[in-house]
Amino acid sequence: MRPYIRFLFGYDLQEISHIAPTMTVLDWLRLTKRHLGTKEGCNEGDCGACTVVVVRPDQGRLIYRAVNACIQLVGSLDGSQLLTVEHLKEDDGTLHAVQAAMVEQHGSQCGFCTPGFVMSLFAFSKLSGPSPTDQAIDDALSGNLCRCTGYAPIVRAARRACASVTSDRFDRNAAATLARLEALQDEATVQVGDSSGIFHAPATADALAEILVASPQATIVAGSTDVGLWITKQMRDLPVLVWIGRVRELRALDDSGAAIEIGAGVTYSDAREVLALHYPDLGELIRRLASTPIRNAGTIGGNIANGSPIGDASPSLMALGATLHLRRGGERRSMALADFFLAYGKQDRRPGEFVERITVPKPTRADRFRVYKISKRFDQDISAVLGAFWLRLDGDCITDVRLAFGGMAATPKRAAAAEQALRGRTFDAAAVAAAKTALTDDFSPLTDMRASAGYRLRSAQNLIERLHLELTHPDIETRLVGDKALAHVQG
Amino acid sequence: MSRVERIFPQAATLKSGVAASLPHDSAGRHVTGEAVYIDDMPEPEGMVHVYVGLSERAHARLVDVDLSRVRSAPGVLAVFTAADIPGDNDVSPQHLHDEPLLATDRVEFAGQPVFIVAAGTRLEARAAVRLAAITYDDLPPVLDIDAAKATGKLVTTPMTLARGDAAAALAAAPRRISARLQIGGQEHFYLESQIAYAVPGEEDDVTVYSSTQNPTEVQHMVSVTLGVPAHAVTIEVRRMGGGFGGKETQCSAFACYAALVAKRLKRAAKIRPDRDDDMVMTGKRHDFTMDYDLGFDDDGRIQGVDMTFAAKCGWSADLSGPVTDRALFHADNCYFYPAVRAVSEPLKTNTVSNTAFRGFGGPQGIVGAERLIEEIAYATGLDALDVRKRNFYGKAGRDVTPYHQTVRDNIALELVEKLERDCDYRARRAAIRAANAGSPIIKRGIALTPVKFGISFTLTSSNQAGALLLVYTDGSVQINHGGTEMGQGLYVKVAQVVAEVLQIDISRIKITATTTGKVPNTSPTAASSGADLNGKAAEAAALTIKERLTRFVAEKWSVREDEVIFLPNRIRIGQQEVPFADVVKQAYLARVQLSATGFYKTPKIHWDRKAGRGRPFYYFAYGAACTEVAVDTLTGEYRIERVDILHDCGRSLNPILDIGQIEGAYVQGAGWLTTEELWWDGKGRLRTHAPSTYKIPACSDRPRIFNVALYDGQNREESIFRSKAVGEPPLPLGVSALHAISDAVASVADYRHCPRLDAPATPERVLDTVDRMRAAAAKA
Repeated sequence: MRPYIRFLFGYDLQEISHIAPTMTVLDWLRLTKRHLGTKEGCNEGDCGACTVVVVRPDQGRLIYRAVNACIQLVGSLDGSQLLTVEHLKEDDGTLHAVQAAMVEQHGSQCGFCTPGFVMSLFAFSKLSGPSPTDQAIDDALSGNLCRCTGYAPIVRAARRACASVTSDRFDRNAAATLARLEALQDEATVQVGDSSGIFHAPATADALAEILVASPQATIVAGSTDVGLWITKQMRDLPVLVWIGRVRELRALDDSGAAIEIGAGVTYSDAREVLALHYPDLGELIRRLASTPIRNAGTIGGNIANGSPIGDASPSLMALGATLHLRRGGERRSMALADFFLAYGKQDRRPGEFVERITVPKPTRADRFRVYKISKRFDQDISAVLGAFWLRLDGDCITDVRLAFGGMAATPKRAAAAEQALRGRTFDAAAVAAAKTALTDDFSPLTDMRASAGYRLRSAQNLIERLHLELTHPDIETRLVGDKALAHVQG
Repeated sequence: MSRVERIFPQAATLKSGVAASLPHDSAGRHVTGEAVYIDDMPEPEGMVHVYVGLSERAHARLVDVDLSRVRSAPGVLAVFTAADIPGDNDVSPQHLHDEPLLATDRVEFAGQPVFIVAAGTRLEARAAVRLAAITYDDLPPVLDIDAAKATGKLVTTPMTLARGDAAAALAAAPRRISARLQIGGQEHFYLESQIAYAVPGEEDDVTVYSSTQNPTEVQHMVSVTLGVPAHAVTIEVRRMGGGFGGKETQCSAFACYAALVAKRLKRAAKIRPDRDDDMVMTGKRHDFTMDYDLGFDDDGRIQGVDMTFAAKCGWSADLSGPVTDRALFHADNCYFYPAVRAVSEPLKTNTVSNTAFRGFGGPQGIVGAERLIEEIAYATGLDALDVRKRNFYGKAGRDVTPYHQTVRDNIALELVEKLERDCDYRARRAAIRAANAGSPIIKRGIALTPVKFGISFTLTSSNQAGALLLVYTDGSVQINHGGTEMGQGLYVKVAQVVAEVLQIDISRIKITATTTGKVPNTSPTAASSGADLNGKAAEAAALTIKERLTRFVAEKWSVREDEVIFLPNRIRIGQQEVPFADVVKQAYLARVQLSATGFYKTPKIHWDRKAGRGRPFYYFAYGAACTEVAVDTLTGEYRIERVDILHDCGRSLNPILDIGQIEGAYVQGAGWLTTEELWWDGKGRLRTHAPSTYKIPACSDRPRIFNVALYDGQNREESIFRSKAVGEPPLPLGVSALHAISDAVASVADYRHCPRLDAPATPERVLDTVDRMRAAAAKA
């Protein structure tokens, strides 16, 4: 057991044993360290004013990831390097290339969002190459809101910075930083806390299982993109937190031949590439379902385990026929993902049990998969409706089908009647019409601030039409965002 | 005698005067995180954190407010209610006594402040307010415009503008259409939430650092609520993290809470609401409906218009009077109405009190005018752009507004025709229509809409400004004025004015925080007036110094005053050139006063609200935007693909900052009319109170092709260096996005029916409109 967390704050080693388990990185920066460059805009991971960069070693390289300090927990910094806007300048005061570009291109007006943009651009500059696409820039900045500039000068600054970045102080120190960070990695279970509670950070699945058996009421936290809001908005008491971000087995992303095995601690960012390879639409969905900083922290396992009726991952994976694997102590069980969701806010997870991994089968040549997200805004918005469609075709005939929707019911849910209307039929206009009608038996959605019941049902029906067009009329334009070719890939 | 110098290291021409594209003065501090906002200021020992407890009901009598658990919560030092306010319990900016700082016996919207808590930490204060046990006796709430119309309750006096006989013109018009337009509100979403930080002084004194666009009014509110003279209260603001009108009046209450606690506890006190509470508590852009009756001829020329602008004002007047007035002032946009009647209805509702927001009702008026054009276009089959041009203000006989001001600086036609050519509007429109015929799902649309925006506060007394210029003996200069910096670059523009007048590098000029202790009785930085008013006041102060130095130099060097010429960083005195700093030093030794105040009041303006006549605006700013969009007719989703803008800043004080204002205003205006939807539930609770639910444009929503150019011209009036105001006028350029979506939607009914697409045009509203258009086409 290691009774303290440790990380590099810039280049200063921090070893902290006494800390509230719910202390956010932003509060630690602003209240404890009085590092005031990082701003609080929304306190829920949606505006990006608090963006900081967390650096972790990975196979001999440093990986720079932008995250939202407001909903990241200090404990989750263990073993990393935390960089804030104050760290970017050279010691002689020379601005970092991204800072200089923001000044040159007039990328700041009121300046309050600017440190966050600078940090997102800084992380982006580490992987962008010299001439990134507009799409890549938009994605890198999808978690940063600016109300003044209309983004145009910030995008110009991004281009300029990427073109001009050479080796910065972090690159020059990379070998030493890597060595220091690698030395911080260990197999010990970390436990810190204060009078308000305990923060556990086990490094192995066995240690995690043991902790949860001993403290079955503990709150499991992965990327804290949801739990973070329980802290900042609901001000919940969370006396026992168990962070799974260090658990080696849960971070595994494996190809088992017939399926992809996604550990419960795998972030969206880490899973995106391999999932996109097999299911291009799933890759596109992951691009859109959250901003870059949220995808860098949030996990697919967490999205499933929390059972949100508006989470995008669950319906998508349900349509793909994913299997969920749970563990309590030494006991393991598996179930179809669709069976996990019992009722609003209620999942089939017993006290002390945790999600270990998700199995996503790979497509066969006969399979088609599409997933469509409808929201008021394309990026970083919660879906009004999410429709996920998996078809197995024999020529024009649908031999098997799974349709799953988010935002249409109290849980992510399969559309049994619409599936019935399609299964075994030729996929033609009549089948589309039948499935659209059947959808009214499957769902009675609610009206809320995201959409009315009527719109939800109507647009969900229309998505079946889009699906049909994309599979039968590759010449017709059906998509406004993302790679337009995605509409017509096979698979 | 100073030495003669003929060769100077400085550039021969000043590079930091007016018309130079200088960066924002704080840019270097913004990107390093070194720019200090109020929450970043050092916190003195013993500082307390204040939080505010809010009503959970939209309309109710307060039966019992039990705060015992709040008082005993960890860390709580004090709890205050209305009974603890030493002065007047009112923060109404119009002094109508309709806006208590803290509720007394009833609450009129869900989110109304009821009590405040002071605690050792912000977390403790936030947690404590949740322990209040308030017993309500619910009253029926009035939540929307139709319900409010039924009650007939207004928050302030309505206004009517009339010219000609609208009823007769409508009756005689060959064609006539009447319908309703709905326009939603808008949350400011300044990135820095409201914040105030008060430091008590001796006796009655208190200094409040407030994120405010309106230091003088905050000073007034603090003095009134504390019951102390204005001279005891100092308000200071170096910069805001965005304002957009949201910190013109909405900041006052927070300053009063902090000041009250600071004085009562004799400790520094800070209040910063969480984002969700900020959004629930503070007013927004007004929602409007416009009921219109429109008469026109077969050529698309308007004959007569009758329009009623009903506004959802919320529970109190706040600025709703002038906001609804400005909606009427802009209900003509660029168009001449031969006969017109326009009426405002500032309606009372049990919702948050709506307030100033960039454009201040003007954009809603312009949306209304553009709906009229659209109706005519679909009724006649003309290109909407041709309808616009046919109805532009023109020569005598067609140049008088509904408020009887003659439009003398009209450049709408030239500007629009230049943009039309530059962006290839006609050819693109034809290409889009052809392509739509072959694209069953994705439809594209294009629209080119103009803007004419009236510049001046319509409250004539607000059109004044002061400045204080201090010259030190090393030749360095401090400039202070009543304008506040919220990101728009006002400080650097005013410094450029001083640099220009004194011909010194801007690096020699220190821009200091706005404070009521230096320049008193200032107007809010609003109505786009910041540079116009404060630039002129600073110019006056700088001219005073320049005159004094000129007189001194002429006398001392025995030359004529016209032989004293201010060159960059030096002064030519007859045949000699002397560094500015040396002249200043000599002037000091000769006991010349080196500080000066400057004052400015806008000339020529006058307004008689009752009669609906006058010249409320000194001049108009013009612009036009052409937007192209793509719409998904299966889901109602859309994307702005291209925008071309030509905008009139007169002779720009700082072209690059003005372009920044235009780009930002366009995106903000487009956001207002598209994805930004405020949604209240059936009990009157705002449910879109965070960026997770309220969607301002993100980076990918910006048009990928985004061309912005400044119109080459100058202000006809003697504004500051013949520039024009730029804060608000470009916001309604976003109207072109709404009309482009509408154009795309109209394609599904072969452009035969006016879509009457209301705002915000969320995907849901767009899909509704698509379906309505299809149904209309099927029926026809």
